[in-house]
Amino acid sequence: MLHIYCPHCQQHREEDEFSYSGEAHIQRPSNPEILTDKDWGDYLFFRKNPRGLHHEMWYHAAGCRRYFNATRDTVSYEIMETYPVGTRPQIAPLPTIGDDAT
Amino acid sequence: MSTKKNPYSAFSLLKNALSYHENWQRAWRNPTPKTDYDIIIVGGGGHGLATAYYLATVHGITNVAVLEKGYLGGGNTARNTTIIRSNYLWDEAAQLYELSLKLWEGLTQELNFNVMFSQRGVLNLGHNLQDMRDIERRVNANRLNGIDGEVLSPADIKHIAPLLNVSPDARYPVLGASWQPRGGTARHDAVAWGYARAADALGVDLIQQTEVTGLRRQKGAIVGVETTHGFIGANKVGCVTAGNSGVMAAMAGLKLPIESRPLQALVSEPLRPCLDTVVMSNAVHGYISQSDKGDLVIGAGVDGYNGYGQRGSFHVIEHTLQAICELFPAFSRVRMNRQWGGIVDTCPDACPIISKTSVDGLYFNCGWGTGGFKATPGSGFVFADTLAHGRPHPLAEPFAIDRFYSGALIDEHGAAGVAH
Repeated sequence: MLHIYCPHCQQHREEDEFSYSGEAHIQRPSNPEILTDKDWGDYLFFRKNPRGLHHEMWYHAAGCRRYFNATRDTVSYEIMETYPVGTRPQIAPLPTIGDDAT
Repeated sequence: MSTKKNPYSAFSLLKNALSYHENWQRAWRNPTPKTDYDIIIVGGGGHGLATAYYLATVHGITNVAVLEKGYLGGGNTARNTTIIRSNYLWDEAAQLYELSLKLWEGLTQELNFNVMFSQRGVLNLGHNLQDMRDIERRVNANRLNGIDGEVLSPADIKHIAPLLNVSPDARYPVLGASWQPRGGTARHDAVAWGYARAADALGVDLIQQTEVTGLRRQKGAIVGVETTHGFIGANKVGCVTAGNSGVMAAMAGLKLPIESRPLQALVSEPLRPCLDTVVMSNAVHGYISQSDKGDLVIGAGVDGYNGYGQRGSFHVIEHTLQAICELFPAFSRVRMNRQWGGIVDTCPDACPIISKTSVDGLYFNCGWGTGGFKATPGSGFVFADTLAHGRPHPLAEPFAIDRFYSGALIDEHGAAGVAH
């Protein structure tokens, strides 16, 4: 079981107090009316799913009931840091948004 | 069909017994890779090997290599709970899984390899009114698609699985079940080995201990793969890499609508025969069968988060064992022998992706998530056809990656069985 540090409660708590909310830093489209089907599909379904460092959202469901982000290694499961939504991670800073090569 | 010079038979068993079983022929070669192939399959699990086999038999394409980073059938093929059924709700999925079930029924003969396919039936339990409505609907849908299915009462269930607690006093009482008599189990390793041996006999190169590290492209088309043993050329590459599909896609600069999660299973110590069918429950979340060796084979749920660690969280198996003890009070003192995890590639609609990509010549067969084993023959069959002709097989067409842009998702969360 993971021990996760909630940056709001400022405590390490056990994993089953939390629920997972997937990849972090996915911006909700600010102009939904002009979005194409492809843009919507990319936003809703397509994920980086990396083997290695992953920035992801967690929800402290049985605690403060607030969201925060974590940087976690998806192979060792080590949690490098947790940080409030709206701030940038310290570890492996994100590449510039929109640089997804396709 | 097997083109093997020395087919397995009662005669070959007798002949080899005379030499103390020391002179059995190798099941497959260990070839040095050629510089290029017509088609490269990345991933030597059941689905990849089945693809290679059907390319060779159905389409006559034998200049094919299967590249495997570990050993054949060592990933999810070796880690699942071997359940086979085709009772899916929607036409598209039902037809694909039913093709697979039909291939299973003749597979041992076709491959000349005993895959130990045992049609012992599959029960899907309902514990509340909504479960029973869903079960009625799914069984009716199955029957319209020509798939066997029945709705059973608790008394019928008790007859099939006497150890199952169908008492109305249970915490989550069993109100009924769907029953697919043609469902069952098979021997997981034998499927991979059978396909491997038959494909090898037809000239397919099975190359183990060779990891693909890059996909080489020129002008938007695939020209080959970089591996730990150098470059191998091919104009068509099919990725059948389950949990690692996202990693493969990233090599081509693509993203997939897939999240890789650990899924666990566990087996008990061997017991006398006590459960001769497969029992699954979505509501309390457990599924169980008994292997020919006597172990109870139990499947748990997926972990809550993305992971590639091939191990799972303890509280997930604890939850599943609570459900198993609730369903089978007699199993509460059975000791568990081993537990393991595999990395499943879960899709938002719990259906696979069998598709071309925006890179010419690059194909993906992935997203089978928590239920790929049952589909091994059918998946290989339609993917081989897709690769051979460069267009989707009619049964694979609805499973193209474009459905995540068109919105034509095939929601099989109900029939997929594992909560995720």
